[in-house]
Amino acid sequence: MPGVLSGLLILPLIGSALILFVRGEDEAALSNIRYIALLTTLVTFLLSLIAWWQFDPGNSAFQLVEQASWISSSITFKLGVDGYSLPFVLLTTFLMPFCILASWTSIQRRVREYMIAFLVLETLMVGVFESLDLVLFYLFFEGGLIPMFLIIGVWGGERRIYASFKFFLYTLLGSVLLLIAVMAMWKTAGTTDIASLLTYRFAPSMQKWLWLAFFASFAVKMPMWPVHTWLPDAHVEAPTAGSVILAGILLKMGGYGFIRFSLPMFPDASHDFAPLIYALSIIAIIYTSLVALAQEDMKKLIAYSSVAHMGFVTMGLFSMTAQGIEGAMFQMVSHGLVSGALFLCVGVVYDRTHTRQIAAYGGLVHRMPLYAAAFMVFTLANIGLPGTSGFIGEFLTLLGTFRTNSWVAFFATFGVILSAAYALWLYRKIIFGKLVKAELMNMLDLTPREMCVMAPLVALVIFYGVRPGVILDAFSPPTEALLKSAGVALGAMKAATLVVP
Amino acid sequence: MTTAALPSLVTILPEIVLAGGALVLILVGAFQGLRSINLVNGAAFAILIVAALAALSQVSQTQMAFNGSFVVDDFARFMKVVTLLGAAATLALAIDEMSQERYKLFELAILVLLSSLGMLLMISANDLIALYIGLELSSLALYVLAAIDRNNAKASEAGLKYFVLGALSSGMLLYGASLVYGFTGTVNFAGIAAAVKGGAGSGLMFGLIFLMAGLAFKISAVPFHMWTPDVYEGAPTPVTAYFAATNKIAAMALTTRLLIQGFGPDVVEWRQIVVFISIASMALGSFAAIGQRNLKRLMAYSSIGHVGYALVGLSAGTQDGVNGVLVYMAIYMAMTVGTFACILAMRTKDGPVESIDDLAGLSKSQPAFAFVLMALMFSLAGVPPLAGFWAKWYVFSAAVDAGLVPLAVIGFLASVVGAYYYLRIVKVMYFDDGPARFLPLSGVLKAMLAISGVAVILFGLIPSPIVTAAAAAAKSLF
Repeated sequence: MPGVLSGLLILPLIGSALILFVRGEDEAALSNIRYIALLTTLVTFLLSLIAWWQFDPGNSAFQLVEQASWISSSITFKLGVDGYSLPFVLLTTFLMPFCILASWTSIQRRVREYMIAFLVLETLMVGVFESLDLVLFYLFFEGGLIPMFLIIGVWGGERRIYASFKFFLYTLLGSVLLLIAVMAMWKTAGTTDIASLLTYRFAPSMQKWLWLAFFASFAVKMPMWPVHTWLPDAHVEAPTAGSVILAGILLKMGGYGFIRFSLPMFPDASHDFAPLIYALSIIAIIYTSLVALAQEDMKKLIAYSSVAHMGFVTMGLFSMTAQGIEGAMFQMVSHGLVSGALFLCVGVVYDRTHTRQIAAYGGLVHRMPLYAAAFMVFTLANIGLPGTSGFIGEFLTLLGTFRTNSWVAFFATFGVILSAAYALWLYRKIIFGKLVKAELMNMLDLTPREMCVMAPLVALVIFYGVRPGVILDAFSPPTEALLKSAGVALGAMKAATLVVP
Repeated sequence: MTTAALPSLVTILPEIVLAGGALVLILVGAFQGLRSINLVNGAAFAILIVAALAALSQVSQTQMAFNGSFVVDDFARFMKVVTLLGAAATLALAIDEMSQERYKLFELAILVLLSSLGMLLMISANDLIALYIGLELSSLALYVLAAIDRNNAKASEAGLKYFVLGALSSGMLLYGASLVYGFTGTVNFAGIAAAVKGGAGSGLMFGLIFLMAGLAFKISAVPFHMWTPDVYEGAPTPVTAYFAATNKIAAMALTTRLLIQGFGPDVVEWRQIVVFISIASMALGSFAAIGQRNLKRLMAYSSIGHVGYALVGLSAGTQDGVNGVLVYMAIYMAMTVGTFACILAMRTKDGPVESIDDLAGLSKSQPAFAFVLMALMFSLAGVPPLAGFWAKWYVFSAAVDAGLVPLAVIGFLASVVGAYYYLRIVKVMYFDDGPARFLPLSGVLKAMLAISGVAVILFGLIPSPIVTAAAAAAKSLF
């Protein structure tokens, strides 16, 4: 009996099958295709709300579990969610309708294939967060590369081929090491069931190698400095909706992987490697923020700011404090909304002028007041202004890190200042100033369709900034369980080292 | 007398079907000439299917025939079914091709039957003599097949090259076999295993190395791969498909049985050889294919690489490893047949084309065709959720389990490099604009594309049927 979670996987596939059967290439057929895609993503979102409604946030165990035989007794088709994964499932299904809407007019070429690619991608992304089997997880994790490769490559900008290949090969290279670690875990523990693996204790020497292999994959996906270079290329060349998905969901898979696998399964190694993560996070926060200051392309600037914000996430996760971890998770959800919204904002003006150069704009507030207002909310959230969702995550990660290592928190705080610098600079260049450029003179403000896209995002960003508990409450039971088991593991390790001499 | 002989005839039923069928068809062809070509082709296809069914219906327990030189076990049955299905599929491609091309000979189907017979013997060979007979029977038929388009200079060159190098490799193989016989006093695999158990001397190792050199030629592994690109490019496309999809599988089965059953106790020694061949094949297969513009040549290098991946499983030397090899070869067969069907479908008004650039814009003009080829390319690259991923999963996990983690890492790095050229084909079809417009596909090609496309996706999502069968087959070797 398929449940809600497998329904979330099947629905987008049904939608793409329906699109396949729409006949003809005329305007009516294309419009049907768009409506089917939009309807599918909306129904999927509603179904995920049902999953949320059935979910008990006070429980740290996996819920809504479905299991079916698949490959062997040790590798099964198992789905389930807990407080860490459900928010990402919701984020995915929530962002998808916006992606379809954002592509409504801007995609005129091969609409059918485009919508199918997005719906298949939705299935794969939801699967990543739902799967409770390591092999199944890998299947979804890696399978998402195929539609994304096509989305960048077919509907991307000028350097789309370079960007799509770089994206695919970079991520593939990272994940093959993950695959070897999965194999080793399968052979050692005798199962790939995530719930069982969470209680299995790998030998510390083995943990080290497994941790590094997982790290290789998630660091590329995240992306962490110095393996972040695929991201600006992919972001710049991808169509608007592709950028939204990249920033909103795909980047979160790295952080989700850290919290789902690296921290609870390899607590000893995570403890030992924390300084490495701290160092890379600080470099990412400061260096990529500085790089963002020097950008001339709007999308590139936001891409680099994403890398910097992900630095806060990794820093918070490996601080191994409740505030740090919950803050990091919150930061990921918030960044998913904010960066997605920022890319949508870029898309709005790009659709009108077909340029992403910052220098080509200026004074838009005179022609597009609504747009300027929405853009301002997202810019402030990106900076982390109190009252927006961006503040909660950054503040909590800094707080958690300060408790374990105050110097790391000290350096990371520069990121907050720098993010204000580049985000406000971008905003000033585009929105304020005199409206002198001729091609901007007849720009129109947000259309009703674009308002439908912007309004819920603005509302959510502010709502989460004021009432963060809605999400944070979901994170706290699994975080408590995680810290408790990690504390036991680390205590055992300390006891062992004390006994040796 | 008859009661004793009959059971052993049942054990060789698939071989009898092929041999008898081939002989009858030769007679038909000799008397009726080209008029009978449709009859011969159809009958040959049916014979291959019947032989596959016969292999499938054999009892699932190890049986010997001919004084222990011929063995039928689950391993042999699995490989025979895969090989015969591959042969039937490629014969169907060849029949389709013959209706278009210059060469129109009834001998082609008969040569396919005879070489398939040789492959079945290879798969079931349980001593060095049966091994050699099977190998030569299949090879001699393949030499002729390579040059069957005799008015084409490239095909003749391919046939000649294949023959000369094949003869050299047979010589090395025979030399190795004689050394092994000299040092163990037996040609039987079980006997060799008993002699190896006490520790293989350097003489025996010498014999093994020569044997491996001969076999590496047959599976086109580095450093005995040089013939592959030229022969694959020169031979008619269905024949190339036949080389890649069947001969390789049979030779791989033979290598597996020889190493596991014949030299099994000495796995530490031969593992070094297999690991070297495997790494070299993976690396060359990945890097050399990058520069290729011709699809058939590219597939030649890709096949070299894939043999390297399959050998990763063999080098583990464990039951899991053999399981991996079996899964790999079965999935590889499906992917290869599909890809060559796609190459055959690249037919323009001015004749067939083979260059990658000819595919530009295919996704617009023939979306279904482009989609199948894309699925095959991602599957060959080993990207989940397609069948090729599971092929790699089983061989590499066996290697990891056997402690060969560095080999697995190298293999995966090679597969990332390899992914580049598979992606490039997808890129040409989907990202580039071009005039690609091929003639409408024939029914056979449509069916082949559909079957292989469904197979790589379905086995990617639900691999358990193949895996269960392969696991039982691998068990019978130990």
